[in-house]
Amino acid sequence: MNARIKNLSSLLGSVFLTLLGLTVITFMIGRVMPVDPVIAAVGDNAPEAVIARARIEMGLDQPVVIQFLHYLAQIVQGDLGKSILTRNPVATDIARYFPATLELATAALILAAVIGIPLGVWAAVRQGSYVDQTIRVICLAGHSVPVFVLAMISLLVFYAVLGIAPGPGRQDIIFQDMVPHITGILTIDSLIAGDWDAFHDALVHMIQPVCILAYFSMAYITRMTRAFMLDALKGEFIITARAKGLSAVAVVWKHAFPTVAVQLVTVLALTYAGLLEGAVVTETVFSWPGLGQYLTISLMNADMNPVVGATLLIGLIYVVLNLLADTLYKLLDPRVR
Amino acid sequence: MISRRNLLIGGAAVPFLSYLNLTHVFADTPKDILVVAQQIDNMTSLDPHESFEAVGSEIAGNIYQKLVHPNLENADQVDGGLAESWEADAGGTMFTFKMRAGTKFASGAPVTAEDAAFSLQRAVKMNKGPAFIITQFGFTPENVEQRIAAVDEKTLKITVENPVSLSFLLYCLSANVGSIVEKKIVLENAVADDFGNGWLQKNSAGSGEWTLVAWKPSESVTLKVNPEGGYKGNIKRIILRHVVDPSSQLLMLQKGDADIARNLTTEQLRKLQGDDSYTLVQKGVASLVLISLNQKNPDLAKPQVWQAVKWAIDYKGIQENIVPLTHKIHQSFLPEGFPGAVNDTPFQKDVEKAKALMAEAGLAGGFDIVMDHYSAQPYPDIAQALQANLAEIGIRVQLQAAENRQVLTKMRAREHQMALSAWGSDYFDPHANADVFNINLDNSDNAKTKPFLWRSSWQDAEMTKKAEEARDEKDPQKRIQLYEALQKAHMEHSPFALMLQATTTAACRKSVSGMRLGTLSDSHSYAGIAKV
Repeated sequence: MNARIKNLSSLLGSVFLTLLGLTVITFMIGRVMPVDPVIAAVGDNAPEAVIARARIEMGLDQPVVIQFLHYLAQIVQGDLGKSILTRNPVATDIARYFPATLELATAALILAAVIGIPLGVWAAVRQGSYVDQTIRVICLAGHSVPVFVLAMISLLVFYAVLGIAPGPGRQDIIFQDMVPHITGILTIDSLIAGDWDAFHDALVHMIQPVCILAYFSMAYITRMTRAFMLDALKGEFIITARAKGLSAVAVVWKHAFPTVAVQLVTVLALTYAGLLEGAVVTETVFSWPGLGQYLTISLMNADMNPVVGATLLIGLIYVVLNLLADTLYKLLDPRVR
Repeated sequence: MISRRNLLIGGAAVPFLSYLNLTHVFADTPKDILVVAQQIDNMTSLDPHESFEAVGSEIAGNIYQKLVHPNLENADQVDGGLAESWEADAGGTMFTFKMRAGTKFASGAPVTAEDAAFSLQRAVKMNKGPAFIITQFGFTPENVEQRIAAVDEKTLKITVENPVSLSFLLYCLSANVGSIVEKKIVLENAVADDFGNGWLQKNSAGSGEWTLVAWKPSESVTLKVNPEGGYKGNIKRIILRHVVDPSSQLLMLQKGDADIARNLTTEQLRKLQGDDSYTLVQKGVASLVLISLNQKNPDLAKPQVWQAVKWAIDYKGIQENIVPLTHKIHQSFLPEGFPGAVNDTPFQKDVEKAKALMAEAGLAGGFDIVMDHYSAQPYPDIAQALQANLAEIGIRVQLQAAENRQVLTKMRAREHQMALSAWGSDYFDPHANADVFNINLDNSDNAKTKPFLWRSSWQDAEMTKKAEEARDEKDPQKRIQLYEALQKAHMEHSPFALMLQATTTAACRKSVSGMRLGTLSDSHSYAGIAKV
């Protein structure tokens, strides 16, 4: 019991320190960067008197340490401050932008895992063959071609030339404001509303950005799966399984893969966290109003409350996914328990 | 039995195959909805008494009306808006406006002089970014209720502190901050002492052709026809969709997912030139590209060096090769389209003359200098061209690119040496730019007012005097002449090398007509838009 309490308090302590560290670093970056946030709020042409008043209203006339303590006190009360650009509380903005990223990231991860894991296993089983080489080339392209190039090519080919995919945006203009906002995830909200046309529209708008994101994630997942699998296939228990006369399928999927699955949990968790962090470029090219775009726009406009708020959320996502991975580790691998 | 290989291939193909039966929803935009692809992410408010950036001003300009507005064809004239007529007293301190009959807000309520008085008082009392355009006439939160007041339902009286030119006052009232809002609705939505600011940032209470349906930051703005307004076309709704990437804007335009694209670059506009399927509506806007020479640097403080820089620049080469469709050559501080703007371009590249001026300044061997510039295109390309031009006369320029707010922050701290930046006018009167380029009453580092020329530590008593005389001149014709003379003097004698004026283009599909662009963003109008 004591050990559990000790573990729990140690865990909470590390989570607290991680989030505090993130807050300190992001807050300080916002204060030392060579851009005056007041200019972002009132414009470059505003008279000095207006600028001075805005500086006081924003608390920027106080010493940085005082500013930070005020901000910390706000956060503790669940107030992430207001955005200069959107005029909304940052929490409200995040609640609006994050579901769009969540929808994209979840779909991309599922697609990447469903394709990437079998491909990785296949490449490992056929090590050195043309299958392995082809998969390697596909993965290499996934790692090396800039995402904006692929995104633009995709738009150009499937949208502009072939006309078989929708253009940028999350939904068609005729469905705008037609689906009631419940979860913020359009596919789910349209299903709840029973609007099949809107669901269909939301789904097709997801295909291109999801495929682009999934391709990049798949390249990583495939490569890691292949490496883990190669390692597993060299194990003595595999030789034993083969010596018992088990089929190749059974050896690979029933004996080797379960050991790989444990390691893959971490890979998938990190990939998911990376996707949830906001695929900035993909969201930009596809005009996808997600967390990445929100973060970028805020940063470009020196609107620091959203930047700190979004960074904290991303930090929290990493912490939660790490915890989840640890828990799954224990479930999948009895040795860790 | 499906083999593993086929299963994998089939799985990988699913997302692509799925396109084939999911395409029936794509079609051109509906006839009564206008879709505009535009960058709308720098907008912070749609309250016309607060909004002070281009996109917000443009949208507010379509939602609200002002007492007066500049004549669309002749910038030297002012036309009535919500005011039908106006007159000034002999002393030039009291102005009476008669409201136009029959004008209504979107709510159906008539627009009265009381609404007009409330609106102008509100702008002064809130004292947000653009309020100085009105408060420069001596209005304060304390005196504004006496000085701007409704005499009756149709008559508004404005009393200014010092005698001013009628045209100066009218042009200032034509700015966005002079927009008339519906008093009743705004007050109903006021919280504490915010004058309804929090509500009006995302809602509307105007009498223009359009009303605001929704603003989703960095996503879209939706407008619908004001049934009480003057719009007569077939469009019922306008949707401004935030599309950051100009290439995506072009694709959307070509595929019919957008009717108008607003932020295409030279490269993309070239693809549409000469194509009958599109109309390019172009207009020079009040945004000037210039080099500022900080007078704190002893080399840059020499008037011969100012001249040498101006004669060393290859204006034509830069315009034709770098920004042929987005900028034109312009060398005076008033943009083309403004009343009294001088459009002469006396400077051209003359290396020998520039070298002689450098020698006259005692700097025949040249000098090293740092030039800050915006990192967004086309500024890096222009900066490189300038670096090459100035190298020819011995000025060895080290370029320092940064995000535009970083450059502006540095300039405001007077820490730059040379800076390549842009300046946009605040309102449609010559004084808007004459003020910031000529009048610097306190050149100390801790000055209370810090106009654009202060940033480069430049102060010239003669130019200040000329600018103030022009501002106060009552005779409209003579006022224009004074501004013309001031611009010519400024070209010859100032540490600012004005080079280019931006042009904006609305690329429209052929089915769209009636898009109108103005010199200031608040006059970009959808009032005559139609679609077939």
